[in-house]
Amino acid sequence: MTDTDRGTQRDRDSAFYLFTQQNLPACKPVLTPEWVFMTFLFIGFIFIPVGLVTLRASHSVVEIVERYDIGCVPEPFRINKVSYIQDDSIPKNCSFSFKVPKYMKAPIYIYYQLDNYYQNHRRYVKSRSDKQLLHGQNQHGISSCQPVEVNNDRPIIPCGLIAWSLFNDTFTFIRNRAELKVNRKNIAWKSDREHKFGKNVYPFNFQNGTLIGGGKLNPRIPLSDQEDLIVWMRTSALPSFRKLYGRIEKDLDVDDVVVVHLMNNYNTYSFGGKKKLVLSTTSWLGGKNDFLGLAYVFIGSSSVTIAVVFTLLHLLSQRH
Amino acid sequence: MARIRKRSIQLSKLCSFACCRSSSQDEHAQIGQKGYSRVVYCNEPDSQEQIRLRYRGNYVSTTKYTAVNFLPKSLFEQFRRVANIYFLVVACVSFSPLAPYSAPSIILPLVVVIGATMAKEGVEDWRRNLQDIEANNRKVEVYDKSSCSFRQTKWKDLRVGDLVKVCKDEYFPADLLLLSSSYEDVVCYVETMNLDGETNLKLKHALNVTSFYSSAESLKEFRAVIKCEDPNEHLYSFIGTLYFDCQQYSLSPQQILLRDSKLKNTECIFGVVIFTGHDTKVMQNATDPPSKRTKIERRMDRIIYVLFSTLILVSFIGSLFFGIETNNDLSGGNYTRWYLRPDKTTVFFDPRRPAVAAFLHCLTGLMLYGYLIPISLYVSIEICKVLQSIFINQDQAMYDEVMDRPAHARTSNLNEELGQVHTILSDKTGTLTCNSMEFVKCSIAGTLYGRGMTEVEIALARKRGEQLTEQAPIDASESKKSFKGFNFRDEHIMDGKWVSEPQSDVIQKFFRVLATCHTAVPEVMGPDEIMYEVESPDEAAFVIAAREVGFEFFARNQTSIKLRELDPTSGIRVDRVYELLHVLEFSSARKRMSVIVKNPENQLLLLAKGADSVIFERLSKEGRAYEERTKEHIEKYSEAGLRTMAVAYRELDNDEYKTWEQEFLKAKTSVSADRDVLMDELACQIERDLILLGATAVEDKLQKGVPGCIDKLARAGIGIWVLTGDKRGTAINIGYACSLLRHGMKQIVITLELPEILAQEKEGDKEAIAEASLNSIKLQILKAKSQVTEESSTEFGLIIDGKSLTYAMDKNLVNSFMDLAMRCATVICCRSSPKQKAVITRLVKSVTGRTTLAIGDGANDVGMLQEADIGVGISGVEGMQAVMASDFAIAQFRFLERLLLVHGHWCYRRISMMICYFFYKNITFGFTLFWFEAYTSFSGQPAYNDWYMSCYNVFFTSLPVIALGVFDQDVSARLCLKHPLLYQEGVRNILFNWPRILGWMFNGLLSSIIIYFLTTNSITGPAFRKDGQVADYSVLGVTMYTCVVWTVNCQMALSINYFTWIQHLFIWGSIAFWYIFLVVYGSIPPTLSTTAYKVLVEACAPSILYWLTTLLVVIAALLPLLSYRAFQIRFQPMEHDRIQIQRRRPESTEYDATQRRLSESSEARTSSELPSEVRIRIDNLKASSKRKN
Repeated sequence: MTDTDRGTQRDRDSAFYLFTQQNLPACKPVLTPEWVFMTFLFIGFIFIPVGLVTLRASHSVVEIVERYDIGCVPEPFRINKVSYIQDDSIPKNCSFSFKVPKYMKAPIYIYYQLDNYYQNHRRYVKSRSDKQLLHGQNQHGISSCQPVEVNNDRPIIPCGLIAWSLFNDTFTFIRNRAELKVNRKNIAWKSDREHKFGKNVYPFNFQNGTLIGGGKLNPRIPLSDQEDLIVWMRTSALPSFRKLYGRIEKDLDVDDVVVVHLMNNYNTYSFGGKKKLVLSTTSWLGGKNDFLGLAYVFIGSSSVTIAVVFTLLHLLSQRH
Repeated sequence: MARIRKRSIQLSKLCSFACCRSSSQDEHAQIGQKGYSRVVYCNEPDSQEQIRLRYRGNYVSTTKYTAVNFLPKSLFEQFRRVANIYFLVVACVSFSPLAPYSAPSIILPLVVVIGATMAKEGVEDWRRNLQDIEANNRKVEVYDKSSCSFRQTKWKDLRVGDLVKVCKDEYFPADLLLLSSSYEDVVCYVETMNLDGETNLKLKHALNVTSFYSSAESLKEFRAVIKCEDPNEHLYSFIGTLYFDCQQYSLSPQQILLRDSKLKNTECIFGVVIFTGHDTKVMQNATDPPSKRTKIERRMDRIIYVLFSTLILVSFIGSLFFGIETNNDLSGGNYTRWYLRPDKTTVFFDPRRPAVAAFLHCLTGLMLYGYLIPISLYVSIEICKVLQSIFINQDQAMYDEVMDRPAHARTSNLNEELGQVHTILSDKTGTLTCNSMEFVKCSIAGTLYGRGMTEVEIALARKRGEQLTEQAPIDASESKKSFKGFNFRDEHIMDGKWVSEPQSDVIQKFFRVLATCHTAVPEVMGPDEIMYEVESPDEAAFVIAAREVGFEFFARNQTSIKLRELDPTSGIRVDRVYELLHVLEFSSARKRMSVIVKNPENQLLLLAKGADSVIFERLSKEGRAYEERTKEHIEKYSEAGLRTMAVAYRELDNDEYKTWEQEFLKAKTSVSADRDVLMDELACQIERDLILLGATAVEDKLQKGVPGCIDKLARAGIGIWVLTGDKRGTAINIGYACSLLRHGMKQIVITLELPEILAQEKEGDKEAIAEASLNSIKLQILKAKSQVTEESSTEFGLIIDGKSLTYAMDKNLVNSFMDLAMRCATVICCRSSPKQKAVITRLVKSVTGRTTLAIGDGANDVGMLQEADIGVGISGVEGMQAVMASDFAIAQFRFLERLLLVHGHWCYRRISMMICYFFYKNITFGFTLFWFEAYTSFSGQPAYNDWYMSCYNVFFTSLPVIALGVFDQDVSARLCLKHPLLYQEGVRNILFNWPRILGWMFNGLLSSIIIYFLTTNSITGPAFRKDGQVADYSVLGVTMYTCVVWTVNCQMALSINYFTWIQHLFIWGSIAFWYIFLVVYGSIPPTLSTTAYKVLVEACAPSILYWLTTLLVVIAALLPLLSYRAFQIRFQPMEHDRIQIQRRRPESTEYDATQRRLSESSEARTSSELPSEVRIRIDNLKASSKRKN
């Protein structure tokens, strides 16, 4: 800087000058008692209503959860469930029924829920090949699919542990002796169907090994249409998870008795996992989940409490 | 150079700086041996012999790196940091199957971080390179033998043996041997400012044998060989021999012109290049200043170790559980979790060898939880510090308009240390005072001359409570002759009136001494305008005073001094030439200076001036006529804070002089070790039987704003020590003048000038004196200590002299002395030497363990500046050497107030907040990974997509934290200065103590727990959207990550106190950038984006639950800190909170706040706190109540 451009009034007002002198116009919030009180009260007034609305939404959802993994094992095998499930000669069909507690408006979503199943285990999550799923056999790079990448020196499509352990219990629902139609289309994310799983990729050499994991796939249907596989391949976040099985597009009335016929194929017995069937409607918020609403109410009321306690202490100490 | 030159051997013989002529002395005998092997063939740089020696060229490079070694060398520098090594190892291992994430995602941030640091290094080095290029391409005239003329050549092409011609005001391109100059007596003047910071001119003198070679033609025949010492760093020594004309001539530093010094007052010189490039003395001297690290940085290293231990612990816990889970995969010969194929597994997951798997998993864990260690911490801090330095340099309030000097942060890594200064050690002369001496008073023949009050007198009068009515303003007619260095007002002397004074002959002699007895060089700037180049400002004051009275010194050469004097009888001005025979120079040991001259009347005179004590010793019996009165006056002057000097003369007998001169010349030309001693003794012989004329009093003016600044610093609770060479009386008075010693402050004086000690000194038994002194000092210290303890409510000022200090530094006494000193608000060490200054500094630093700041301006302060934690140099008049050794340079002492209280406080706060926050944000992030791990049976699966993780430190959280580190202000600069007590936050380090650091870490842990558990419980399980879809791994990752980004950025918004558009942009921009990133990254093909593919657009954004969860988690995670802050500010406010609230409050409540602070503090005060603090608060209170009235 030369002397001429130092210190003239115009320069002193320029934004750059204020910046270099660390004198920019600034907002300097201070937590004065009034502000503290207002802030906490404000949080409370926002959070409690939001929590109540959320809770209401959660309560409007009707959810039926039926655990079937033990009930479907015949009495003699209850001691050694693993031998039951691994023995192919024993028929796996099973049925149970439940009563609808409340009117359920269509669409009713059908989920299967697995507990203590580590779909998020690193070895499991990594064992897939996105390239192969999209482009098929020509593609290399299936080494990530270990230990289920080749069988008899030929690549497996789809390769990897995730696909290999595909869930294969099936359910049919009967109400008043008539089968309830289950829509099993569009249960996977649209982006998955269109961009992650190839339209021209067909299952090949799948479940041909000595050790067969889970379900088999129809080799004539391209992967992009194998929605069960797509849903399954979208790995869960936690060891207890639900996955979408299908939708019932008819309303269920109160006290309707629904009989479920199922094929209990999937082995969760060897690792002590639970299998459940879930039927649920949804609200604008999603499924039945009181936690969010309760948490909102809790945080809201704590902050109101803090506001009150703070103000009381503030006034008390001022009096002294 | 076709000038006719007279050769005048006689003149140079008389020159006081005559060179050593004797050859074959001890050192010169070593020539040719080891260490003295350099050979220069003058004027034959192309000869075979010279080329064979392969001396380096004159190309100079001061850069740290070259184009070739930049990459390896700077990389090596980077990986000297433990944290960077760790990240490098992680990056290498990330190619193995051990890695929980893909290799590029860990390498990218490392490359960004290392690249940023390297770029910074590169830019700095490039600047140095530009300077080098400039220096290397300067032009100099080099002799070309073939054409017998000089031709312009670049500096870098200069070779050893070249003959060069340097003109006035040019720099010497290399170390040269002076052959001849445009002066007939082959001398030249040089300025060595760039070497040692001294601004005075030095005289160099060529050998007479070479003086003939002063034109291009004559140089053609010049052939000589120089054998001399090898390159070394000693600026003031040179040993060599010139072989010329079959004769040997010894060379001394007198003939050497050093690179980077400047030719002054001389038309031109011719010289031979001896040392080039890096062999030159100045380059050999270039060493890096000692690097200093701040306390915060050292503590930060310890925090990193804590985090490393946490990392190892967490990984260990993880791998323990992983081992157990893996072991359980094989129970009783059956594989439990069959979907993991434990039958066909690698070693990493093998249930048959769980111990090995667990160990390998531990390595994976070390990589995964590496996010606990903030990778970008170092580079962010460095960037912040550089930017902070720029702000310091740019501050207009620290810019000296007169000198055109802004403040300059020479090192950027000490910024935050400025906010923690506990003790300031200050030099006096040139630091507190201007070091521009003003001649104010004198005492001639026992009569006082000069009226007007000095600043010290004004201060003293104010102290006594006198009304300053008599202080008549200097009227216009008097002030018309106002010169720098002259403030003498007396109608009896000025304007030639001295002639009619009763003792006019003494007055005449007195001013003649002042006009001749000096080493100043006049520089005629124009008619009636003469500047003087002087060694010390005192001398300038004397010469100017003599000029103003009528004894104008206007020309000097080696043998004469010319004065233009007022002739008392005729009343006209006449030129008189004094033949200068010898100069007996001033030295701190001799404390006097004298010249021997022959006046136009052919009288031999010895004219002397010096410290009163020294001169009074040497008076003759008849010369003591005015002794008593003069002594009185000197006493009075020094009380008034003036520097005094006694003036005397002697008429020499011709024979006596002749005999003395012979001996003296003999001593001077001898090169034995005791030469100096011999010369001192001889000088003593002639400097006796003096006749006292009078005494001078020079005022060392206080710098502008010093008292106010010191007052502020004291109120900030900073202890101030003044280390000065002055007499005790002067020091105490200066102390009062600059409010170091204040009204109501008790003085403790520790001294050895006690009757019993003095009595013993007369006896002369050195051991007895030492013992008695030690005991006396011990007694005095103990007495003072008990006094300080008894009267804990009063302030104390400790005054100790240099001699007592040596005893107080005794290792048995030093602790109690320092204890005493620490309880005093001010400590003044008078009569201390430069070395003592450094020793005291080191002692204060080591005994207190707190931050010390040394401030000084001269070469004698360099030791002190380098010893202290922070060295501040005043870039004033005394050259640049102190500045070169300093960490910060300011133009005036008063800027220290702003540097410490504003910039220091801000930087301290910024850096400590920044580091705490850094750890907070990384712990928050790192532990969410850990909690997720716990739900994947510790298999090492990260909760987030690889690229989210690697961008965390680099993109989503980096800019706000830099904004915090660069821009945040808790209170404005004005309030910082208004409330100096705020500074104590830094001194006590309350923003970066362990409770606070651990508090932030705990907050991070809490945030991570809140984020993880609220998110998982809210979003997973049942459907999270109306269309019945459930949240999977990718959705959970995005939700959690969103919450983390929001939370850490909002915490930042909560913790800063200063929002400009920059903060808003960075904080909210970082959050917005996360969404933008997600959209962009989610739209690239799924084989690259994997789990992030369209996750925001398709899955999360349409889900109301996602947004509601974000809101819930962020508020919940902010709530703990928010409530803590709310309660803490209201019920246990820190100093800055108080000030912030006060600023907000209406005027009426300010009084209550102050009162509350007062009562609180007196309750809370512990014995360790400074007692001054209470008083300060009381002062504040008084001031504020006064304002109200």
